[in-house]
Amino acid sequence: MQIASMHFKERAHDNMGNAQLQGNLHKIKGKFVAKRRESLVELDDFEATREAARAIRQRALDRLDVWLEIFEKNATARGATVLWAETPDEVNQHVLDIAKRHGVRKTIKSKSMVSEESALDRAIEASGGQVVETDLGEYILQINDYEPPSHIIGPALHKSKEEVSDLFAKVHGTARKTGIAELCLEARGVLRTHYLTAGMGISGGNFFVAETGSVVVVTNEGNATLTTTLPKVHVAISGIEKIVPTLEDVATLMRLLPRSATGQSISNYVDILTGVKGKGEFNGAEHMYFILVDAGRSGVLAGELKEALRCIRCGACMNHCPVYQNVGGHSYGWVYPGPIGSILTPAYIGIENALDLPQASTLCNQCGVVCPVKIPLPDLLRKLREQQFERHLRPWYERAGLRAWSWLASRPALYALATRIGVRALKWMGGRERLIHRLPLGGGWTDARDMPSPAGKTFRELAGERQKNRGER
Amino acid sequence: MRVGFFVTCLVDLMRPSIGFAAIKLLEAGGAQVIIPATQTCCGQPGYNSGDRRGAIALATKLIGEFEGCDYLVAPSGSCTGMIKTHYADLFRDDPAMLRRADALGAKTWELTDFLVNVVKLESVPGKFVGTVTYHDSCAGLREMGVKQQPRTLLAKMPGLTLKEMTECETCCGFGGTFSIKYGEISSRLADNKCEFVAQSKADAVALGDLGCMLNIEGRLRRRGDMTIRVLHVAELLAGDAP
Repeated sequence: MQIASMHFKERAHDNMGNAQLQGNLHKIKGKFVAKRRESLVELDDFEATREAARAIRQRALDRLDVWLEIFEKNATARGATVLWAETPDEVNQHVLDIAKRHGVRKTIKSKSMVSEESALDRAIEASGGQVVETDLGEYILQINDYEPPSHIIGPALHKSKEEVSDLFAKVHGTARKTGIAELCLEARGVLRTHYLTAGMGISGGNFFVAETGSVVVVTNEGNATLTTTLPKVHVAISGIEKIVPTLEDVATLMRLLPRSATGQSISNYVDILTGVKGKGEFNGAEHMYFILVDAGRSGVLAGELKEALRCIRCGACMNHCPVYQNVGGHSYGWVYPGPIGSILTPAYIGIENALDLPQASTLCNQCGVVCPVKIPLPDLLRKLREQQFERHLRPWYERAGLRAWSWLASRPALYALATRIGVRALKWMGGRERLIHRLPLGGGWTDARDMPSPAGKTFRELAGERQKNRGER
Repeated sequence: MRVGFFVTCLVDLMRPSIGFAAIKLLEAGGAQVIIPATQTCCGQPGYNSGDRRGAIALATKLIGEFEGCDYLVAPSGSCTGMIKTHYADLFRDDPAMLRRADALGAKTWELTDFLVNVVKLESVPGKFVGTVTYHDSCAGLREMGVKQQPRTLLAKMPGLTLKEMTECETCCGFGGTFSIKYGEISSRLADNKCEFVAQSKADAVALGDLGCMLNIEGRLRRRGDMTIRVLHVAELLAGDAP
């Protein structure tokens, strides 16, 4: 996918001024946050379940190489082929090779964020093949000239029903529908024919299960079930970090994934796909491929951001992030938005290509407390900020300002003198109103806010005066 | 009970009255308040902006100034959160300093938490007639577990009615240097907060961190609201509200 993360500020500005988008964002915020809260009440002990989920994901990461080998062995024993992709380009190459091998002309796809990293759809089309997205959100984006997704579980959440109505009428050449059910039926009608005529189905993978060599796919529309079982060839693509040791582990994680994501006790469909269609079996693909993608992950595994790989892609961090809620997913400029995206984007594509993302957070830690696998997101953002500071990837004046502050604050006598002068100057600037309307070098603050002016003397001065008066009495 | 009072740099410079209100409350609870004269900043601006070395220098200084006291108390969830939950990370490679940081962290308290759970303050000197809505600041709430404590104390003031606003736990958008670097986003978040404050129709919004106060008051005034008062909970409780 094209990287636009360097334009975070401009995009955020545009998106905050887009009334339609703001309305859509407002609606989804209320829905996700409230539904998640309600669904968690069903769990006897959310914190204990969360700790168990964290431990499962961490255990997988701590010996990832071993689990991957076990997965490969078990998947292969069931007749599947396991392929490895070190780069996004290799993902596309594998898929094109598989299509060629099996003479595939049409490919259907259920949602895969990893395939967004490599812009797989475009690569298939460039090779002369046809690809149809079957997740409703992804389908909407595809027919809108491959608009980028704005959310990892609801890629088209930024769009209103009305916008989708217009789009369907234009692209399908049908009468404009207004009801959600009608729109879904129309999409279903279009997609059904593709399911039956496609030669290959591509899915993502929420989990790869090492002990059985299975892939677990979680959806609400049932499109993944059709995508993975109707065509002759099934290709499941996901990151190497998505491995879990056992099916038992999946059961624990599934107690939290749908609840954290959409506030559902369980998603409408959970497909566990193991091996190729056997003798006497009615369902399943005849050829099954797994593409396990590195694309930066092994580097993250070896570094201080490792915990980010525990992510199970529920989207709770973005749903609860006050910045995401206001600027929307497109502002982040790549595949993964919100707090987790602000960590994964610089980690996968280079911090120099996403300079704003680690900074664009108030570190309020709302993401950290809702994360079902306890990723300390603000701590990881701070680590990225440290890297930026060390590599001189922040403006010189910011660096100079921070250094000057710690230098001054380490020298109490000088600090006392400087702050005495400073607070008097600021008091004078605030005037009788006691509000500063314009701060030199502080335009970021005063463009849309006043700064209440200080009292004119520091607490330490006043405390010193009090002590003196007490002494004289 | 020797309580080392860390006034915090923001209160020190911008609104010293909060410091004196806090001292009044601590003394009402029977504490002997000590104010280390050389105190400056806890190091949070550097820590949150990637300047680890600068943060370590200031953290080392603060630990030296306060470790002799029985407690460290500050009128801020943000600064106490820095000391209690982040100093350990700063000194992760320095076992001797880490021990000192952990020891200080264990006796570091946010003001209202300390008043409720350590000195167990029975009554408060403040008087306020009217409705107040409370903004939970992020670090106080999510790092220090401050939620009921200020409400418990405000409930001791007979004339005061607490009226909760929608999304009282949502960040106001301050975020330290974020407020300058991403002023537009920060202001938008502040504006959302002001909207909820206004909807609550309270006479005043109370909170426990000066950063959020400056942000919320700054945006309220720019919106043209000159009436809703923005008060630190210590000022309300001590009866020193300006």
